[in-house]
Amino acid sequence: MPKTPVQFRINGTDKAVFADGGQSLLDVIRREVGDTAPKYGCGQGTCGACMVLIDGEPHLSCILLAEMADGRSIETASNLDQGGQIHPLQDAFMTHFAAQCGFCTPGMLMAAKALLDKVPNPTREQVIDAISDNLCRCTGYEPIINAILDAAQNPSRRSA
Amino acid sequence: MPITVRSFDRLSDATSVLSSDRAARFIAGGTLVMRDLHEGDVSVSTLVRSMDRTFAEISTTGGRIEIGAGATMAKVLANRDLAFLHPVARHVGGPAIRQMATVGGNLFAPSPYGDFATALLALDATVSLASGFSPREVPLAEFLSHRDRPGNGVVSKVSFPRPPHDAFRFRKASRVRPKGASVIAIAAVLPQSGGRISGARVAYGAMAQTPIRVPAVERALEGKTLDPSGISTAVAVAAEGLSPPTDPIATSWYRSEVAPVHLRRLLLGETG
Ligand SMILES: Cc1cc2nc3c(=O)[nH]c(=O)nc-3n(C[C@H](O)[C@H](O)[C@H](O)COP(=O)(O)OP(=O)(O)OC[C@H]3O[C@@H](n4cnc5c(N)ncnc54)[C@H](O)[C@@H]3O)c2cc1C
Repeated sequence: MPKTPVQFRINGTDKAVFADGGQSLLDVIRREVGDTAPKYGCGQGTCGACMVLIDGEPHLSCILLAEMADGRSIETASNLDQGGQIHPLQDAFMTHFAAQCGFCTPGMLMAAKALLDKVPNPTREQVIDAISDNLCRCTGYEPIINAILDAAQNPSRRSA
Repeated sequence: MPITVRSFDRLSDATSVLSSDRAARFIAGGTLVMRDLHEGDVSVSTLVRSMDRTFAEISTTGGRIEIGAGATMAKVLANRDLAFLHPVARHVGGPAIRQMATVGGNLFAPSPYGDFATALLALDATVSLASGFSPREVPLAEFLSHRDRPGNGVVSKVSFPRPPHDAFRFRKASRVRPKGASVIAIAAVLPQSGGRISGARVAYGAMAQTPIRVPAVERALEGKTLDPSGISTAVAVAAEGLSPPTDPIATSWYRSEVAPVHLRRLLLGETG
């Protein structure tokens, strides 16, 4: 199978991989990089479980051709905790029971991070729009929306 | 089937490969192409990409607006000169889709997708094709009627006259908010002279296999005022002669029934 060299920075580390022709970025992240935080849900860009940030912007890695990430900087939910401390969003998700089965959570967190990095004090409507690429079949969304609003209002919250 | 990805600095080179290899497919944002591959589309053996810098450029100087086919919805949203198009771009998917979905790809999106193409049709857009040695310009309506024909080449850009101030309107009805595929999308350019409509262009998305103009509505608006009595004939003929598709979003019957409702709201500037 024809392979293409692809180089990118993922969670602060430079990586060079050979992508199979037509391989998605999600596949490369999970198989070649070994980061299993982004999930394979629908493979159609509909559920958002595969969401990563590329140069700070949300992207659906299951429908992104791996080559398109060449030279770019990728963040996944694996990178959210820093120095042993979980991210305020992760903390708020726990407090608000915003995760049940947890499959959508890495994507939800990245969608929320993309929003809060740009809009530190979002409205409820902005939060709803920010997670509109992401499906959750457990929570009914309200706990997720409340968690994101809470994390925005209390950016210093950290669990010990 | 193994797939080869070929990236080209010049659109003309990408076009040459597409015209010589029937199993080659152009990929822009890939939101639809990658879906097809995941669904097991075995007709594609080569994906062709453009790395041409001009492919995603937007020019708003002068009376004519040019949008490179590779420009994403996010790029349209970031351009303040295109503020009148922001409600359209904002209605294409959620934030992640908008980072990936291109204007060029939207011209090929099967119904019920194609919201941006619907707006471009109302705006009287022209499609520039980088096909072989002779680039061509084709009116969007004509292009849409044969968009699936092999050998069309690569769309390099779309261009259209800047609409008169406040003349452009867009409305999309979907079953899921804030993001969802169209039950119907309506775009209109409604130029007025002395308070009366003159030369309206109205387009529907999701009401046929591709976005379409609605001549019956346009005729009924000519010389009329944008008030309940002025628009009544246009609303009455909103779905005349159309046979909208039935798909998982809505039946043909439902689309025909709600078309007048959404057309009236668009024309009267009502929200909700
Ligand atoms: C979850 C989800 C939600 C969506 N929501 C919407 C929505 O609300 N509204 C909507 O309109 N669409 C929607 N779409 C469809 C799609 O994302 C958009 O229509 C988008 O604009 C397609 O552009 P692309 O660059 O991703 O196309 P691609 O997938 O790259 O290409 C699509 C087709 O167009 C051809 N093509 C692309 N660019 C060119 C070019 N320059 N020249 C010649 N051929 C070209 C390709 O060969 C292919 O056949 C959605 C898709 C997904 C996955």
